[in-house]
Amino acid sequence: MPHLTQLTLSQVRQQLADASLSASEVAEAALARIQATEPKVQALLSVQAEEARAQAKALDSSGPDPSKPLWGVPLVVKDVLATKGVPTTCGSKILENFRPVYDATAVARLKDAGAIILAKANMDEFAMGSTTENSAYFATRNPWDLERVPGGSSGGSGATVAACQCYGALGTDTGGSIRLPASFCGIVGLKPTYGRVSRFGMVAYGSSLDQIGPMTRSVEDAARLLAVIAGHDERDSTSVNAPVPDYVAALSERTDLQGLTIGLPAEYWDQGLSPEVAEACAAAVQQSEALGAKTVPVNLKLSEYAIAAYYIIAVAEASSNLARFDGVRYGLRDKSAEVLMEIYVKSRTQGFGEEVQRRIILGTYVLSSGYYDAYYRKAAQVRRLIRQDFEAALGQCDVIMGPVCPTTAFKVGEMTADPLQMYLMDIFTISTNLAGLPGMSLPVGLGRDSGMPVGLQLTGRAFDEARLLQVAGVLEKNVPATGLAKV
Amino acid sequence: MKISPEEVAKVARLARLDLSLEKISQYAGQLDGILAYMDKLGELDTSAVEPMYTPVDQVSVMRDDVSRKEFSREDILKNAPETDGSFFIVPRIV
Repeated sequence: MPHLTQLTLSQVRQQLADASLSASEVAEAALARIQATEPKVQALLSVQAEEARAQAKALDSSGPDPSKPLWGVPLVVKDVLATKGVPTTCGSKILENFRPVYDATAVARLKDAGAIILAKANMDEFAMGSTTENSAYFATRNPWDLERVPGGSSGGSGATVAACQCYGALGTDTGGSIRLPASFCGIVGLKPTYGRVSRFGMVAYGSSLDQIGPMTRSVEDAARLLAVIAGHDERDSTSVNAPVPDYVAALSERTDLQGLTIGLPAEYWDQGLSPEVAEACAAAVQQSEALGAKTVPVNLKLSEYAIAAYYIIAVAEASSNLARFDGVRYGLRDKSAEVLMEIYVKSRTQGFGEEVQRRIILGTYVLSSGYYDAYYRKAAQVRRLIRQDFEAALGQCDVIMGPVCPTTAFKVGEMTADPLQMYLMDIFTISTNLAGLPGMSLPVGLGRDSGMPVGLQLTGRAFDEARLLQVAGVLEKNVPATGLAKV
Repeated sequence: MKISPEEVAKVARLARLDLSLEKISQYAGQLDGILAYMDKLGELDTSAVEPMYTPVDQVSVMRDDVSRKEFSREDILKNAPETDGSFFIVPRIV
């Protein structure tokens, strides 16, 4: 029988709902697991143990509430999401002592659903990175192999879920930051359609690319978390006012993939894949065919331009978003500054890490007079072409499948020297953000050579998360089990 | 060369960052490589393409102009590096 901490979110919520487990028992087990594994994994920037205990006790005194779908479930949120009264550092020294006075909408919705927020997850500083080595505090390790990275930027969220420290986490995804760590850590990660989840209270990196989404140990768990956080929010004008389907009910509508067409872009399958990733992902596609799906080749011809377009747009938006950190209203202030300009310059220079500074400079450059048209406007034009590419491909199929990343998790320190090399790791994930489409990472087994988890990426039509979840839910039961990390 | 150390220094000033000479030359080398890679976009003819700045085709959202007070002054000043209890304090500028 699995240990209490190894249950899925869906399992534990059921046992909490029928009172076979108390909220306090579940919270204590998670806290004990954190204490036992955290020295090795280092997934968390802060743990709210006392608050969690108090909340669990209060829940237990009133008893299970069927109107709250996450009643008593301990979760973790990425430290880029504002949580009232609790440190929210974005993995940066510039926000070391920042405690927001409000909750991000996604966090507020989890709390309203009865969830207990246990801890804040480590991340690359301001979500800029693909390994979580760019955190200003410490590097998170992959629970499957502590010598390897968990992926990033939501690497703390990925590692905490894979290490069974909690039952699910929120991550954010600007260019793959949910899907890559989900893939590297052997868990499910879903980046919703742009506009599906409110970004209010998420510290912005690339505002036209960012989305918040669930990271969990099962597809059903992801459906349950998305159901809670999705939907229009008057505080975010880019959140779309469209009905939210019942994602959990949608899962039970399918037991096979009959009648579905899966698109396979040559651009994602033909080049540069490590043999073990190609093998595991191809086996999952074959399994999809065995389950009744038809596969067709599709073209995403502009894929080779996506990284260039993405990094221009992302850094341009970042340089603008990060201008708010000026040492005046919140965040670090250099105490030696004597005039106002020095406050800005010294606080920012001291507070921002190297990768953040590099992206601010690049972003300022591509937006500056004389270069705006050549870089930013050009990238925005290519972005439209990329979306048209996806629309054409998704006109021929229901879901696009490919790998999340060309490799499984690599060793700590292996990729940090050359920033461009690091940007290239996002090759399969960033187009989805440019196009604003939903994307998902599903574990499809362990790589033959590394023994590390392999993630299959599913990309769907805008606001068609239900279909992604359905396909992933069917496949999950029919691909080799990834199992749990032995940490 | 796409970007010189002098340009990096100028852009850093605009972005309110103070970089050492060593950092300037390090960033210049790295950014030069990144910008050269980005030149790839020049291969595409986009003269007839409308730029896409966001995936959501949304018009401005209007709401009634009603004031709401959700936070106290004390709350808002809680994270201030320097405050006199009523205002954010910065060095005198005039």
